[in-house]
Amino acid sequence: MLKRMIAALAMVPALVWAEPDPADWDSVLNDARGQTVYWNAWGGSTTTNDFIAWVGDQVAKQYGVTLEHVKLSNTADAVARVLAEKQAGQDQGGAIDLIWINGPNFAAMKEQGLLFGPFAEQLPNWALVDVAGKPVRADFTVPTDGMESPWATAQVVFMYDSADMQPLADMDALLAWAQDNPGRFTYPQPPDFLGTTFLKQALYGVLDDTAPLLAPVDQADYDAVTAPLWAFLDQLTPNLWRQGRAYPQTGPRQIQLLADDEISLAISFSPGEASTAIANFQLPDTVRTFVPQGGSIGNASFVAIPYNASAKAGAMVVANFLLSPQAQARALDPAHLGYGTVLDVAALPDEQRALFDGIDLGIATLSPEELGPALPEPHPTWMTRIESDWIDRYGTAQ
Amino acid sequence: MTLRAVPTLTLALLLGPVLAGLLGTLAPAFGILPVIGRVEPGLTAFAALLEWPGLGAAARLSLVTGLGSAFLSLAIVTGLVACWSGTRSFAAFRRVLSPLLSVPHAAAAFGLAFLIAPSGLIVRALSPWATGWTQPPDALIVQDPWGLSLMAGLVVKEVPFLLLMTLAALGQADATRAETVARSLGHDRPAAWLKAVFPRVYAQIRLPVLVVLAFSMTVVDVALILGPNTPPTLAVQILRWMNDPDLAMRLHAAAAATVQLALVLGALGLWWLGERGVARLGRAWVWSGARRAGGRATATLSLALAGLAAAVVLGGFAVLAIWSVAGFWRFPNLWPDTLTWANWMRHWPGVADVLAPTIGIAALATALALVLAIGCLEAEHRHGLRLRARGQWLLYLPLLVPQVAFLPGVQTGMLMLGARGGLGAVVAAHVVFVFPYVFLSLGDPFRAWDTRQATMAHSLGAGPGRVLWAVRLPMLLAPVLTAVAVGMAVSVGQYLPTLLVGGGRVQTVTTEAVALAAGGDRRAIAVWALVQTALALLPFALALFLPRLVWRNRRGMVHG
Repeated sequence: MLKRMIAALAMVPALVWAEPDPADWDSVLNDARGQTVYWNAWGGSTTTNDFIAWVGDQVAKQYGVTLEHVKLSNTADAVARVLAEKQAGQDQGGAIDLIWINGPNFAAMKEQGLLFGPFAEQLPNWALVDVAGKPVRADFTVPTDGMESPWATAQVVFMYDSADMQPLADMDALLAWAQDNPGRFTYPQPPDFLGTTFLKQALYGVLDDTAPLLAPVDQADYDAVTAPLWAFLDQLTPNLWRQGRAYPQTGPRQIQLLADDEISLAISFSPGEASTAIANFQLPDTVRTFVPQGGSIGNASFVAIPYNASAKAGAMVVANFLLSPQAQARALDPAHLGYGTVLDVAALPDEQRALFDGIDLGIATLSPEELGPALPEPHPTWMTRIESDWIDRYGTAQ
Repeated sequence: MTLRAVPTLTLALLLGPVLAGLLGTLAPAFGILPVIGRVEPGLTAFAALLEWPGLGAAARLSLVTGLGSAFLSLAIVTGLVACWSGTRSFAAFRRVLSPLLSVPHAAAAFGLAFLIAPSGLIVRALSPWATGWTQPPDALIVQDPWGLSLMAGLVVKEVPFLLLMTLAALGQADATRAETVARSLGHDRPAAWLKAVFPRVYAQIRLPVLVVLAFSMTVVDVALILGPNTPPTLAVQILRWMNDPDLAMRLHAAAAATVQLALVLGALGLWWLGERGVARLGRAWVWSGARRAGGRATATLSLALAGLAAAVVLGGFAVLAIWSVAGFWRFPNLWPDTLTWANWMRHWPGVADVLAPTIGIAALATALALVLAIGCLEAEHRHGLRLRARGQWLLYLPLLVPQVAFLPGVQTGMLMLGARGGLGAVVAAHVVFVFPYVFLSLGDPFRAWDTRQATMAHSLGAGPGRVLWAVRLPMLLAPVLTAVAVGMAVSVGQYLPTLLVGGGRVQTVTTEAVALAAGGDRRAIAVWALVQTALALLPFALALFLPRLVWRNRRGMVHG
């Protein structure tokens, strides 16, 4: 009797700590019911905050999962937290269950073994994802290997005030326009994500051969490849807002400058952002968007689960819900969020496709045809290198 | 636990986290961060830091803005009190002091930015009719590379703080009599005050002044809003490195935090030298016996500057109020196109969610700090366990050591001890920062209480406990409530301790407001900043109102 009790007791921890298996979805749903999922996501945008709150309502209603949005001012805070937990040996019961992540933060967490998975491609809604057409299996060329699940796509557009200017064809046109209209353009200061994106977009614009960008930087002649970029920036910088002596720190601050009429042109990583901002009184209704000839950079936003998350099953349920047609259609609607979908809408059953058909993309949003194909993100090593060079050249010289 | 143990316990509670945190920062600075496989001590992090081209400028910025804003704030307050105390203008200042104090730094900074920016309210008021500008001028006013707007943002918030501290010190310094004697010897009012009263007052407000100096050098939120960013101040750059996805940058950040610590120590040393110099000059001035009527210009200037500081905070606050109900509002319009409650409706559910934790944490932390403070003061009273000057320094250590230098270490340390970041941990962390202010605020009135009252009570048969509860604390109701209000305001304003110790799971109005501020949606910022201010202001209002209510039939008690 006693022996049996001890044996039973010995099994308890194993049961408690057993990792949920995404392939056994029913048991995931069972485990998830009643769990609280702490989703650490950037909290700087009112529209995304509202969207996440809506997701919380839905998963509570449909799956009995409580979602808490931990609003970050920087995603790296969450990476730091998981790192600190690992450092302290807290391998279970971590504070973070889900992170909105992509690019270098993902690469860092994956490399340090801070992530749970693979789980993404076992989620039931993965079947609806447009695996061929959307950048959902590589994040900045780093293979996701199922360690993060996509939930939105993004593509670079330029927002411009049509009361001040016309769309620009390419980077040469942008430079010429900036020289004629000094002080009317700026970009968020790298290493801000969006600012670095402008540098990469500019790099695509000034290069004849972009192939080296897709491989790690040490396989290319870095100085030769980037020389045209620095030449371009040396000419552009004196013509930037405040002569490049100050930069907006984030994308939303840059939008505020556009709203204040301090600038006429700004970069955005969300084709629907301008329409949403107009609807929220954050931009004048004369703002429109354009894409430079030759296309613009596109990527996907993902969610990942830390290796020591407390509510892995709940987190997977949320990740799966984010891929549902219901959530994807809501995210696409500029009245709510204006983010691109990762689903293959054409392949959806009629009833679900109807959710997408009725959406008015808004006056400042380009149609998918106008938006054109997305250029792939360069390998993250390029970003790191260019970022640090930019900081040395323009970020510390007053 | 006996009363005798309270001062020691308090010191342990305050210093433990600071020292542990510093260790947690120094280790990675010297190359030790086991989680990324760095176990060999070395100086590579410092070598890498020296290669950063912005280091000189960032360090200079920290020094200049810190010393500059501490000196300016002290000068304005000294001028104001020297030239105007006892006058009607001065009484007006005392009345707006509480609201000025309770506007959070970040909210005041946003207000200032929107007043003085090229697309701000001042330029709007003059455009286009006077300036001819239909678009904002491309002028670098906010975030200027010299840190002037940053200094302005700090000064407008530090002047009310130092003024409050000075007013508290005046009561202890026997100011009126000293000034009267000096004036009877033929000095005009400013000279009399500076020669006879200032040295005594300064001895009392020295620690708060040093706190202002250290805070101004290392502040993060105000520097993010108003400070330059090519490069930023060192404190902001540390946070950026902490935030870098490349985990090896933590070593960089830790090395920079060590440098920041050294800078603060250096600045404190410089200040100390400055004190010596001023004291020597001041003594020569006093002994010279010169009597010159030169106070006019000083008086006008100090009143103008202090008035400007108050106007900026209150004006900025008004601008935030307008933004919180603004529809579309573009340059150069002086008023929004439409007014709408939509912003409030939209953000209110979020606000409502965090109100309870914010108030709960503030109330608990303040209550704990108050108990410790009264315990320390009572131990001092009963057992003569008075903290000497050195002990006082220890109490202020959490305010003098830069938060960015020790909080990340605290976070790691707590995890290693198995302490979960939760409400309890956050409350404990807040106590570390709330206690010095509560102690500072309560200490002087507590000591100034006439102990003959205690002798009387004893002679009537009351024990020491009864004297404390039935006589001393009721008589000190007003200062106790003021201390509570100060403590609540400090707790409500804490950002880094809440974020790092709470593991991001504990959300308060301030963590939400700063996260939104990273975005830049002015309407959202305005709503949150107003809520934050209201939370800090309400206890001050209660502290003014409650004693009047409780002692409505005891006129002499209202002022404590």
